Amino acid sequence: MEAFILIGITGIGLGALYFLIASGLSLIYGLMGVLNFAHGSFLTVGAFVGFWVASKMGFETTIPEFILAMIVGGLAAGLFALLIEQLLITRLYERHIDQALVTVGVSLVVGAVLGGWFGNDLRMFPTPMWFLTAIDVGGAQIPADRVIYISTAILLLIGNWALLKFTRIGLIIRAGVENRHMVDALGINVRKAFSTVFFLGGFAAGVGGVLVSVYSNGVSPLIAGSYLIYGFIVVVIGGMGSVPGSFLAAMLIGIIKQFANYYATGLGDFVVVILLAVVLLIRPQGLLGKVRA
Amino acid sequence: MNALTVKDLHVKIGESHILHGVTFDVPAHKVTALLGRNGVGKSTTLKSIMGLYQGTGSIELNGSQILGTPTYKIAQAGVAYVPEDREIFSSLSVRENLALASRSKNNGEAYKTIYELFPELDSRATQLAGSLSGGQQQMVAIARALLNENEILLVDEPTKGLAPKLVTEVASALMKVAHQTTMLLVEQNLALVKRVAENIIVMDQGRVIFQGGPENLSDPAWVHQMLGVSGGHK
Repeated sequence: MEAFILIGITGIGLGALYFLIASGLSLIYGLMGVLNFAHGSFLTVGAFVGFWVASKMGFETTIPEFILAMIVGGLAAGLFALLIEQLLITRLYERHIDQALVTVGVSLVVGAVLGGWFGNDLRMFPTPMWFLTAIDVGGAQIPADRVIYISTAILLLIGNWALLKFTRIGLIIRAGVENRHMVDALGINVRKAFSTVFFLGGFAAGVGGVLVSVYSNGVSPLIAGSYLIYGFIVVVIGGMGSVPGSFLAAMLIGIIKQFANYYATGLGDFVVVILLAVVLLIRPQGLLGKVRA
Repeated sequence: MNALTVKDLHVKIGESHILHGVTFDVPAHKVTALLGRNGVGKSTTLKSIMGLYQGTGSIELNGSQILGTPTYKIAQAGVAYVPEDREIFSSLSVRENLALASRSKNNGEAYKTIYELFPELDSRATQLAGSLSGGQQQMVAIARALLNENEILLVDEPTKGLAPKLVTEVASALMKVAHQTTMLLVEQNLALVKRVAENIIVMDQGRVIFQGGPENLSDPAWVHQMLGVSGGHK
């Protein structure tokens, strides 16, 4: 039973990391139709800026200092995402192949610059000592850092929901995900919503980058790789443009992957790909996605 | 005085040349009906005016060129659009659909007007627009276009696919609106056109082949020749 609880909660923790990456990807594709391969570089930039802030606090940080590093990393990644959107993406709307090429290029350049500057070896991320402790849940010893992953993902989900539900920009984003040309035809410059979504997506990825660095025992220019692929899988399974769909899919994938790895050693990735194939065959629009007009 | 002047408008979608030098005027404060068989380019003409399709030629709104202007600026300049397939936002409530469309904070009078035209929208304010009937969705689409002060209203087949009772209701609303604004109306229902239109334009194969008064609509031979339908009952 303890093993079941441990695997379940660590699966939710892993799902929380996937959600932080996928929420921005989902909104960016859902609203703008931009297949953003540079999203992993937002994660990396957030991780490095967060690492820089945390390093200023010493080898060990307090929980408030770590949260500060996470927020600054998120803001830096959000601003970087906004810069990429303004400099490159605005010139490439409706040009999907060019978008893919340019955003892949951005991710390669960011990886190369950071690799040249810092090297590709993992650098230990300064974390609070509390992260190294364990919490007793029903007899299972859960690593304490999972609490931070899960609570951050839940806070981000609530923040996203509140923004989308109660603000005018949120209303524009929800309508734009459904039919952006009609939003334009109502006299609303939908591209302003694009910039907001890029910033928010970058922020979530940056926060995710800091947490992925903790989960991976250090920061490196290469940390984004597999997480970006999982981010895309979450978006497809959850439904393009649906943040709750991304949350549901991320949790599902995190838990299934952990259980598969435990009970069928090393088959976690394989089981996730099978799940992806099943969803694409049975419900191509994703779990909570809508068939587009 | 013309609210809208379209001159030599050519539009291509992909490899297809859809509009071949379309030219017409829409007089201010009148209802102009744009008629023609299916597929002759009526909806494409409205979408091109709205900036949703790009073309060459000239489109002037009250003397100012709007061809090539972004769609949202054309809407802000006073062109309101009710699309053929309604295109309401199905995941938003009726209230949210209307709130999204309203660009002014002082819109109490506009809301009062649309709730007088369509009382049902008030009682269904919290209902998801996607769960409304076709007629109710059409009401949302028209109400959305009436929430702002417009120079011209482009309405594309508002009664298409509606039950007869709803056709009457939508037609009645359009007739009330017709007294307040300039309208360019694409409509297959000739009975409705006869009641509201003061000017008609007929298109065929991407070109305008007639512009004038609506009196010809009473001549079945003319209607059959121009529109390929019987003028008696359609």
